[in-house]
Amino acid sequence: MAYLYNTPEQQQEMLAVAGVSSLDALFDQIPTDVRLNRLLELPPALTEIELESHLKQLAARNLGSPERVCFLGGGAYDHFIPAAVDAIASRSEFYTAYTPYQAEASQGSLQAFFEYQTLICQLTGMDVSNASLYEGGTAVSEAVFMAMRCTNRHEKVVVLGSLQPEYRQVVQTYMQQIRCEVVVVPTPNGTADPAALEAAIDDRTACVVIQQPNFFGCLEEVQSLVEITHKVGALAIVSFDPISLGLLARPGEYKADIAVAEGQSLGTPLQYGGPFLGILACREEFMRKMPGRLIGQTVDRLGRRCFVLNLQAREQHIRREKATSNICTNQGLIALRAAVYLSLLGKTGLKEVAELSFHKAHYAADQLTTIPGIKLQFDRPFFKEFTLHCANGVEPVLKRARAAGFDLGPATSQFDLGKEVSHSLIVAVTERRTREEIDRLVAALGN
Amino acid sequence: MRNNQATQLLFELSKSGRRGAVYPACDVPSPPVESLIPARFLAQTPSALPEITEPDVIRHFVNLSTKNMSVDTHFYPLGSCTMKYNPKRHERLASLHGIVDVHPYQPAEDIQGMLELLYTMQQMLGEISGLPGVSLQPAAGAQGELAALLVASAYFRDKGENRTRVLFPNSAHGTNPASAAIAGFDCVQLKSTSAGFVDLDELRAHLDDKTAVFMVTNPNTLGLFEKEMATIAKLVHDVGALVYIDGANMNAIAGITRPGDFGGDMQHYNVHKTFTGPHGAGGPGSGPIAVRDFLAPYLPGPIVTQQPRHGSLDKAWTYHLTMPERSVGRVRSFFGNLGIIVRGYCYLRTLGAEGVKAMSEHAVLNANYLLAKLKDVLPVPQGDRCMHEFVASAKIHKERGISAMDIAKRLLDYGFHAPTVYFPLVVPEAMMIEPTETESKETLDAFADALRAILKEDAEFLHLAPHTTPVSRPDDVAAARNPVLKWRPHPAE
Repeated sequence: MAYLYNTPEQQQEMLAVAGVSSLDALFDQIPTDVRLNRLLELPPALTEIELESHLKQLAARNLGSPERVCFLGGGAYDHFIPAAVDAIASRSEFYTAYTPYQAEASQGSLQAFFEYQTLICQLTGMDVSNASLYEGGTAVSEAVFMAMRCTNRHEKVVVLGSLQPEYRQVVQTYMQQIRCEVVVVPTPNGTADPAALEAAIDDRTACVVIQQPNFFGCLEEVQSLVEITHKVGALAIVSFDPISLGLLARPGEYKADIAVAEGQSLGTPLQYGGPFLGILACREEFMRKMPGRLIGQTVDRLGRRCFVLNLQAREQHIRREKATSNICTNQGLIALRAAVYLSLLGKTGLKEVAELSFHKAHYAADQLTTIPGIKLQFDRPFFKEFTLHCANGVEPVLKRARAAGFDLGPATSQFDLGKEVSHSLIVAVTERRTREEIDRLVAALGN
Repeated sequence: MRNNQATQLLFELSKSGRRGAVYPACDVPSPPVESLIPARFLAQTPSALPEITEPDVIRHFVNLSTKNMSVDTHFYPLGSCTMKYNPKRHERLASLHGIVDVHPYQPAEDIQGMLELLYTMQQMLGEISGLPGVSLQPAAGAQGELAALLVASAYFRDKGENRTRVLFPNSAHGTNPASAAIAGFDCVQLKSTSAGFVDLDELRAHLDDKTAVFMVTNPNTLGLFEKEMATIAKLVHDVGALVYIDGANMNAIAGITRPGDFGGDMQHYNVHKTFTGPHGAGGPGSGPIAVRDFLAPYLPGPIVTQQPRHGSLDKAWTYHLTMPERSVGRVRSFFGNLGIIVRGYCYLRTLGAEGVKAMSEHAVLNANYLLAKLKDVLPVPQGDRCMHEFVASAKIHKERGISAMDIAKRLLDYGFHAPTVYFPLVVPEAMMIEPTETESKETLDAFADALRAILKEDAEFLHLAPHTTPVSRPDDVAAARNPVLKWRPHPAE
């Protein structure tokens, strides 16, 4: 039997010590009428050789690189992952440990998470970062809950229509439950109109959720939007792309109150959408209202620098129904990946990745829009991602791209984003894409 | 021999001009950035990120890793956490091309292998729980709880019933009330019996037509199966409410009994516990939920469904992503924590039905054996028998001035991770010990011997434990009073 290590003789000996007559008798606490008196109906057990062959067969029915060149975006990106990230994340001292409750037995993880928090603050220009949340969508929701606590406003939140639509759906799932109104400010021109935001908010508004760059790839006039938000005493929550901060203004620079992000781009593979990384950082004054783990520096009984789970009185295992969140297990290993990634790239590497992605995206946009029937949907500045309008519909374009070995998307029509973008398609370009790939894509679509 | 390099912080290794990653020259036209986007969108100053070489980064983090205890290096009997062995094949298989590099927006027709795997996982989890509706969306157990409570809420809303309360015993995990509060319910905590079970009179006294859900961990957090579970479920169902089973302790009962068979209407799984995730020093997890038929239309989605392949004569299926008809919506973006679900899938495919049953049997055997070896020095107030874990009390050592914390800390010196201490709150000086099935008798014997030896040691010496770890007894109070949550170039004095 897999993963059992006691011999039949030892099992008998152990049963005798426990004073139990048989393995079956171990369960005599469980009333017989609720016992499962049959084997579960599960597929047959496989040895490692058989399992590997089975998984390879399943995996072979999924197309990824190298069969398909990835121009997909919408919140998950094909950025390059240095081998050193995998080397550290596959250290089993990290990945087979639990949440670091026993500080003395967990200084490795605790220090790494403290360094992660510091790196996120350096990246964003924010004061405080937590040690991770689940992923980008729940990070936005946690930020919204946090803003409600910070402002003591619980009736209304405002999100821009250009927010990643799945993030918006997550916010709606949770807010509907507590009867909090979610007002969506439409963005038919690709970005929010400051006047429209001004009209949508009032002194009952807890927060405004802005995404930069937004779901369509466009850059929002984030500075003005933050200022308008602050006028009514609401908090500005900005969902940012971490790679973009190699180039674009940081949330701390434009006075965001809470900065959140999907951290997958920082060294985590796509793996069909998870596990990813929820980043949440904020201004110092909101520290004690934050959700999730916080690692703090302190000294031990001999005065040595060390690290501990800090401010736990915010958390569910202490505060129960009054906790700032129900989160317990978060994304420790993915936060570690991000810490290794950011420390390898440093300030120069991050800038290079951002600039490469930026230039390649602009080259791709220039070339793709030479094709008849394809144009940029919005005339707005963008970073590494843009929205194409396809006059003859999106499907023929996608079909042709796939036949030539390229994945583009997502098509905006699969979300509830308004009729303006019913013939539109998102294209993302990372530093991994080459001019040759872009030219081949353009040739395939132009034919 | 310890390398002290990792006593430095990453930022103290930084030197201007160093780098750990180099990128190719740009192969497309690269005009000045300012010519393409207005300056107001650009960062005013470079980021403060450090500058470190690859070897320095590697040495730093590898040395840090050696300051951890982990399942691969130490016995880790942390109660409630199911720290079992994490098979290495899972790491390899979850990294296969075609799994690790699939983008969440690839079309369903191009990822049929992935969807088949996920569909099979849904089916397996439905069978193990006896609750056929499964959503793999939740990212961890706590999110599973929340998702299930949203399901309950939507169900009652559809029925036109206004139920505002969630009940749970005082031995519940903190996530239960925290999740209920986020789902907009009022929380009602019930006292347990002195033996640690659900108090039926207390339950009866609080159940009414305002009760939406009774949340119960079974086996409970004392490692005991709720013998009156059938009665509990009947009482809850009689007032029209639902029974939620916190599945944190599935490692005791999978293949032996099923939440759906003992009255549960909904449950979550902790794939990173029961199905050997691994735990990643605090995640990622995966917290699928399973529910009864009549609740399945409300599940968060998408979920995977199958249809016979058009025109096919053999048993070929196509797999689709579907939003359940009355879904509460998404609880996160994208599908779920696929990387962890794949590992859980590999585990269940390795074990098969007999293996799952044996897993529970041996988890319970190991716990009962260890309980028997320890109960004379660390009494177990709730009796001589347990399921997959037990809660001992160090109270009798209190008069010598020895606390559960002292014992836990000293265990680290002996090369064992500590049990969970001071939880559940209903046992004084609680030490919650869960050995799991993947430990040998020799390891359990050595652990018992260590505990016995520790209990003979001098109290003063134990107060100062651990003595051999990189640090000892961090000052938590100072940390909370003056929080230092990031490194600063010039530490404030």
